[in-house]
Amino acid sequence: MDFPTPKNLNYFWTFGAILVMCLGIQIITGIVLAMHYTPNIAMAFDSVEHIRRDVNGGRIIQAVHAVGASMFFAALYIHIFRGLYFGSYKAPREILWILGVIIFILTMATAFMGYILPWGQMSFWGATVITNIFSAVPIVGESLQVLLRGGFAVGNPTLNRFFSLHYLLPFIIAAVVALHIWALHVPGNNNPIGVEVKSKRDTVPFHPYYTMKDMFAMVVFLIPFAWFVFFAPDILGHPDNYIQANSQVTPEHIVPEWYLLPFYTILRAIDFNVLFIDSKLGGVIAMAGSMLLLVVLPWLDRSPVRSGNFRPLFRWFYWLFVINFIGLTYLGAQPAEGIYTLLAKICVAYYFIYFLVILPLLSRIETPKPLPTSISESVLKKAHA
Amino acid sequence: MMSNRIVIAAIALAGALLAGPALAAEEGGGHSTPHIDRVDWSFAGIFGTYDEHQLQRGFQVYREVCASCHSARLFAFRNLSEEGGPGFSEAQVRALAAEYQVPDDSADGETRAAIPADRWPSPYPSDQAARDANGGALPPDFSVLAKARGVSDPFPTWAFNYFTAYQEGGVDYIHALLTGYEEAPEGFDLQPGQYYNEVYPGHAISMPPPLVDGVVDYADAEAGGAEVPETVEQYSRDVSAFMMWLAEPHLASRKAAGFRVILFLVLFAGLMYATKSRIWKGIEH
Repeated sequence: MDFPTPKNLNYFWTFGAILVMCLGIQIITGIVLAMHYTPNIAMAFDSVEHIRRDVNGGRIIQAVHAVGASMFFAALYIHIFRGLYFGSYKAPREILWILGVIIFILTMATAFMGYILPWGQMSFWGATVITNIFSAVPIVGESLQVLLRGGFAVGNPTLNRFFSLHYLLPFIIAAVVALHIWALHVPGNNNPIGVEVKSKRDTVPFHPYYTMKDMFAMVVFLIPFAWFVFFAPDILGHPDNYIQANSQVTPEHIVPEWYLLPFYTILRAIDFNVLFIDSKLGGVIAMAGSMLLLVVLPWLDRSPVRSGNFRPLFRWFYWLFVINFIGLTYLGAQPAEGIYTLLAKICVAYYFIYFLVILPLLSRIETPKPLPTSISESVLKKAHA
Repeated sequence: MMSNRIVIAAIALAGALLAGPALAAEEGGGHSTPHIDRVDWSFAGIFGTYDEHQLQRGFQVYREVCASCHSARLFAFRNLSEEGGPGFSEAQVRALAAEYQVPDDSADGETRAAIPADRWPSPYPSDQAARDANGGALPPDFSVLAKARGVSDPFPTWAFNYFTAYQEGGVDYIHALLTGYEEAPEGFDLQPGQYYNEVYPGHAISMPPPLVDGVVDYADAEAGGAEVPETVEQYSRDVSAFMMWLAEPHLASRKAAGFRVILFLVLFAGLMYATKSRIWKGIEH
């Protein structure tokens, strides 16, 4: 608790604590939901409705869990984009960053499997589309797909194993979160100016300063959370998921939850063959690549300056990257036709160019603004300005 | 200066992250349907609650018209006397339930009179039987149908939906569907047993126009309730409201809890901020 923490952290640094809270909320509500849920294709849909209609407090617990997934990802994306802007992935925090990427991927897998459980139309068809992806893997693809589904098509075995894994993965996430926090305690926090802590004057003890600030931010975060839970619990979902799964009827558009849309766009954008790689495998490689690329980010961006505040060129490309990422989200919800396919290709191209070309190049050509010599100096200058 | 920049960045990022789900959800159901008028529902918005009389009328429409083909398998008789609903008394519900027969393996003849704890009996024993009786089309179950439909709003209307908590897309669609029957335009190919509907995706719907003026004689008016017109427009509003209640029977208590929770959180956040400021006092940061 006396962990010395830079005193200049802004509110973006509270999202780590907020995410721990989100994980806690999901685990607690999830355990209660599992007491009432039935993982069977004939009963799953009605059992979720049973929770909402007949279980005491069930509609609130269910809504907190469903809305909680969206809030979790909102916080997760803020946390990641904070790291991208302030260079939190740079040495000596590579391990911390890579553990974070692992948490991100595990969380997406968990959320995806959770979305299957209500066994609505989007659950079923989402599961069908995503498990189909694995058949693109060379040689072992077909067997892998059958293993995931527990059969040749999505059915009761799929629902059962996804339920089992959806219960297991959060605890693995919690374990990696523990490693993530451990890895944070070795080099200490990055901070908005990206200058390492030089002396005791630069820091304050974590408790009570940051425990209090984090708790305040958590309470504020719960306000929009509660807004959705109590006033618009269905607005973040898709109406089709209130139709029980039916393998005979395909929805007009199969759309994953909003937080998976950027990667869904990347998957769909590759609709052409590259040499011996067909479009399906190409899409899978692009999607997997877009996530795995994050692992090597610390070695792609070689600029010694961490904070985007002191990188005049980087900032332009960074904000364009943010807009581009929102574009990827938007395009994931659109039908893959007409102008959308072209826009999707442009956005996907920028996603990769940002990491593979712009960041390595910028570190060579950019002249950063002069850095303050210490956190204390920058803080005092701000106070006198 | 620095903090200004942070505030701007925070607003931009928050806006961006709010826009993400907003953009995604734009793709609601009812993709290819034409513009659907919003009805001024009593249960819309954060202060909205159900109108008891409207739910009673809607229930009557469901019971006398819709229920002959459409099941509502999650709807229990007891729901009718629960708080925030149509406001029937328990005695009324018991008497109503007794009018219906429900299947029961352990009873003589495998059926018995329903009790309030029973679910609404389905009109057909199976989906296949329902299809056979309806020219191959399956009348959808009503339990959560009002939430299983939606309308897609054009930009930028949908962005405001997150702040107005607009959740009535499904009922707006159902109301538009029930009032959307028209003569098929010249050259439109309708199969036998299909009807032209302006808002139904593809326009060819297998449900014949279910409502005509005067088909339901509202009991509520006789019992001293307000005089309401017995028209297709009124019936479709009332039955849509009833369907919303079917899908979301605890809407009123959910919103009431929301006010208490958010009020608590706002006050708590204020106290937390005061404490935080006090602790950080004198620390330049």
